Amino acid sequence: MSLYLLRRLGQSLILLVLVSLIGFALIHLAPGGPLAQFTLTPGMSSADLARIAHQMGLDRPLPVQYWEWFRRLLIGDWGLSYRDNQPVLAVIGSHVPATLELMISSTLIAVLIGTWVGVLGALRRYSIFDYLATIGAMIALSLPTFWFGLVVIYAFSVKLGWLPAGGMYTVGDGSLLDYAHHLIGPAMVLALVTVAIWSRYMRSSMLEVTSQDFVRTATAKGLPRRVVIIRHALRNALLPMITLMGLQLPTLLGGALVTETIFTWPGMGRLFLDSIGYRDYPVVMGLLMFTALLVLIGNLTADMLYALYDPRIRLD
Amino acid sequence: MSAVLEVSGLSVRFRTDDGVVPAVNDVSFTMGQGETLALVGESGSGKSVTSLAIMRLTSGEVGGRVVLHDTDGATRDLLTLPESEMREIRGSRIAMIFQEPATSLNPVMTLGEQIAEPMRYHRSMGRRTALREAERLLDLVGIPDARRRLASYPHQLSGGMRQRAMIAIALACEPAVLIADEPTTALDVTVQAQILELLRELQERTGMALLFITHNLGVVAEIADTVVVMYAGRIVEKAPLRPLFERPLMPYTAGLMRSVPRLTGLRETLTAIPGNVPDPALLPDGCSFAPRCDHLEAGRCDARVPELDAASDEHLVRCVRWRELAAP
Amino acid sequence: MTLASASTDAAVVPRRGGRGLRRFARHRLALIGACTIVFLILAAGIGPYINPYDDLHIDILHRFQPPFVGPHLLGTDQLGRDMLARLEMAGRISLTVGFAAMLLSIAFGTIVGMVAGFYGGLIGSVLMRLVDAVLCFPSIFLLLTLAAFVEPTLFTITVIIAATAWMEVSRLVEAQIRALRDRDFAVAAVALGASDRMIMFRELIPNAIAAVIVAATLNVARAILLESYISFLGYGIQPPVPSWGNMLNNAQEYLVSAPWLAIIPGAAITLAVTGFNFLGDGLRDALDPRLDVR
Repeated sequence: MSLYLLRRLGQSLILLVLVSLIGFALIHLAPGGPLAQFTLTPGMSSADLARIAHQMGLDRPLPVQYWEWFRRLLIGDWGLSYRDNQPVLAVIGSHVPATLELMISSTLIAVLIGTWVGVLGALRRYSIFDYLATIGAMIALSLPTFWFGLVVIYAFSVKLGWLPAGGMYTVGDGSLLDYAHHLIGPAMVLALVTVAIWSRYMRSSMLEVTSQDFVRTATAKGLPRRVVIIRHALRNALLPMITLMGLQLPTLLGGALVTETIFTWPGMGRLFLDSIGYRDYPVVMGLLMFTALLVLIGNLTADMLYALYDPRIRLD
Repeated sequence: MSAVLEVSGLSVRFRTDDGVVPAVNDVSFTMGQGETLALVGESGSGKSVTSLAIMRLTSGEVGGRVVLHDTDGATRDLLTLPESEMREIRGSRIAMIFQEPATSLNPVMTLGEQIAEPMRYHRSMGRRTALREAERLLDLVGIPDARRRLASYPHQLSGGMRQRAMIAIALACEPAVLIADEPTTALDVTVQAQILELLRELQERTGMALLFITHNLGVVAEIADTVVVMYAGRIVEKAPLRPLFERPLMPYTAGLMRSVPRLTGLRETLTAIPGNVPDPALLPDGCSFAPRCDHLEAGRCDARVPELDAASDEHLVRCVRWRELAAP
Repeated sequence: MTLASASTDAAVVPRRGGRGLRRFARHRLALIGACTIVFLILAAGIGPYINPYDDLHIDILHRFQPPFVGPHLLGTDQLGRDMLARLEMAGRISLTVGFAAMLLSIAFGTIVGMVAGFYGGLIGSVLMRLVDAVLCFPSIFLLLTLAAFVEPTLFTITVIIAATAWMEVSRLVEAQIRALRDRDFAVAAVALGASDRMIMFRELIPNAIAAVIVAATLNVARAILLESYISFLGYGIQPPVPSWGNMLNNAQEYLVSAPWLAIIPGAAITLAVTGFNFLGDGLRDALDPRLDVR
C-alpha cells in the first residue's frame, strides 16, 4: 500500500506544479497582467507604472517570477484583494465553510438517494423503475442547474411558501433550524446532478458485482437476500464509487457556484462571481487556485480511502 | 445404507425469446449416506444446472421431486418448500462448493467472517463462538496456522488454500449433502489430488453424501462410488464405478473413455468424439447423441428418445442398441 | 432475478430478451433525441420567417403577457417582445455557438490526443498530465475567468467555451489511439514504410472515429449548457444579441410576477441538451457497444 500511496503522492505533486504553471500563465494573460489594478487608475504615468512594475518584480525573468509566486503560494501569501485590501487567503477562508456545508450536505443526500436508486435499478434490471430511473438521470444531467434552481424557488418558495427564496438566515433568526431551512433548497438543487451520475454508476457497479461468483456463493450459503445484497454485493460495488466521488469534485464545485448564485448563498461561488464583477483579480486567481487545489487534494484523499478500504491494496 | 437425497424426474427449463430451452430432462438418482456420486458430462450436458436446481439456485423452471432425508429424520421435498424454508436448508443441510475458488470468495471479507457467516445465520451462533468454530474448521481442512488465517483475505491465499476455505465454509453447519461443482478443475494436478484426498477424509468422518460434478474421468475413478453420465440434459448411463469403467454400455460413455489420454500402456491415438454437444434449444428427434454416434442406425436411433433400460440391477443405459453393441 | 443464477444461467442460456428491449429503448431514445434536435434547428432557422412577430419589436403596452392566453403563443417579456420570436433567434445563437465550440474543441482535443497516443513516451505523458492539470479547474470557474479577460463577442465566447471542453476529447482519443497503435494493421503500415502523419490520418483516425462522433455529440450538449451558464451570469453573449442563456438574465427578478420568462428559455435549453445527450448515448450504443460504460 505504501508504494501505491507514494506513487499517488508523486503524481499529485507533479499535478500541483502543472496547476500552478497554468495559474501563473492565466495571471499574465489577464488584460493588464499583474498590473491590472494600476492601469485602471487615472493619472498614472508610464514612468509610475514602470516603477511599480519594478517594485513588484515584474521586470525579472519569468521563471524567477514564477518561482517567487509559487513560493508565496505555498506559504499562504496570496496577495491582497483589490476591493478591501484584505489578504486573499483570509477572504477565501471566510467563505469556505458555507460552500463546504452546502457541498457536504448535498452529497450526503445525493449518495443516499443515488445508491438506493442505482441498487434497485440493478436488481430490477429492465423493469419500468429501471427504465424511468435511467431516463430521469439523463434528463437530470441535461437540466441547467441554475434553471432547476429557479424552478425550485418558484415552486417551493413563491407558490408553496415552504422554503425561503434564498440566503443563509432569516434576519433576526440565527438558529440551527433556520439555517437548515435555508440549506434545503440549494442542497437539493446541487444534489440533482450528483444523484443522476451516482445512480447510473452505482447501477452498473452493482450489475458487475452481482454477476460475480462470490455473490452466488453467498446465496448458496443460505444467507438472507438482504444480507447478500448489502454485506456482499454492495460492499464491493461501493469500492469504485469512492474514486468516482473524487472525480466528481470539479463538477460539484461548478454546480456550487451556480447554486450559490441563485440562492444567494454566501459561499466561495458567490465570492468568485462578485470578484469577477469587480475585476478583483487577486481574489479571482486565488479562488481559481484554491478550487484546483481542493480537487487535487480531494482526488488524493479518495485514492487513499480506496487503498484503505480495499484489502487487496491495503495488504500488499 | 439409507437414502439421503432422492432426485426423481428432475427437469429444468428456461424461457427465452426463442422458446423454451430444456436444459435438464428427467434426471433421477438416489444418494445414500456416505456415498459419492459422480455426475459426469461435457460442458452443456446439464450437470451444473442439475446441481443448481437441487439447491434451487437457478432461475429456470424446475419440475420433479428432490427429497432430502435429513440426519435428524425429517423428510422434505425441496422443490415445494417456500423460499424462506429453503434458505434455511441451503448452506446448512445441503452445501455447495464451486469451480473457481479465486472468484468464489468475497474479496473484502476476512476468511474468518466468511466461514462464520453460515454458522451465525443458521445456528444463531455469536460472533466469537462462530470464529472459534471457524478456526477449528480451517484446521480440519488442512490450512496451517489457522488462528492467524482467520484474519486473512482471499487474495492472500493460494488456489488450493482457497478451495480448502470454501470446503470449510460448506462444512460449517455439518450438512447431510455436499455438492461439489468441478472443485478441482481450476487447480494444479498436485493440489487436485490433495483436495480429493481431503474430501474423501471428510466424508468418512462426517458420513455426508457427496455429489461430485466433473468432466474428468480420471477424477471420477479416484473418488466415485456411483457414476451418472449426462448428455444434452438427460442421463444416458448410470452404474457403480467398476461396472461402468469395465463395461460402458452407452457409446457416448465409451467414447469419453477413449478420449482420455493415457500416460502408460500402448500409445494409441486419441480418439475424440466427432462433432459438438448439441444446442439445448435445438435438440434432434430421437437420441440426442445419434448425430455423433459411430453406431447410429437410422430409423431406430433417431426416431424416438430411448428409454432408460436396466441392463442389470444397478446399471442403467439409455440406448436402443446397447444389447447388440455389448455382445462380445 | 436470482442473485445466484446471474453468473451461471448466462452460460446456459443466452439472455437475449432483456438486452433486446434495452437496445430498442435506446434506439427509441436516440431517435427522439435526433427528432428534437431537428425540430429545434428548424424552429430556430425557419421560425423567424413564419412568426408574425419580430424579436426586436418593443411593445411596452403588451408587456408581461402570459403564454397561451393572448396572440403571443409564448407570451411577452418585460419589454413586450414576443417570447417565441426571441426564443427562435436566441436558438440560432445558442445552437450555433454550441456547434462551433464543439468543432473547435474536437479538433484541438483530437490533435492533442492523437499526438499523445501515437508518440507515447515522454511526450504522451507530459501532454496527458497537462490535460489532467487543466481538468483540476472546475469548468465554470475557468470559463468565467477567461470570460472576464476577453471582449465578449460571439467568436471569443465560442473560443473560450471550446477551451474548457477539449480535455475529455483528448483523453478519449489518446486512449483509443494508444490501443489501436499496437494493433496489427498499424504495425503493418509502419512496416510498409508509411510516414507518421499518414499512419495517424489514414489508419488510426478512421478507427477512432466512432468514439469521436459520440464525444462530439455529447460535447455539443455540454457547450450549449456552458454557454447558457455564462450568458445567464452576464459574462457570455451580451444583449441585445439574444441567447437562451441571457434571456434568463433578469428572470429571477420577475420570478414572482412573470415566471414564464424563466421557465420557457430554460425549457428550451433542457430540450436541446437532452436531445443531444439522448442522441449521443444512443450513438454510443450503436456504434460500439464496448464504449458503453453503463
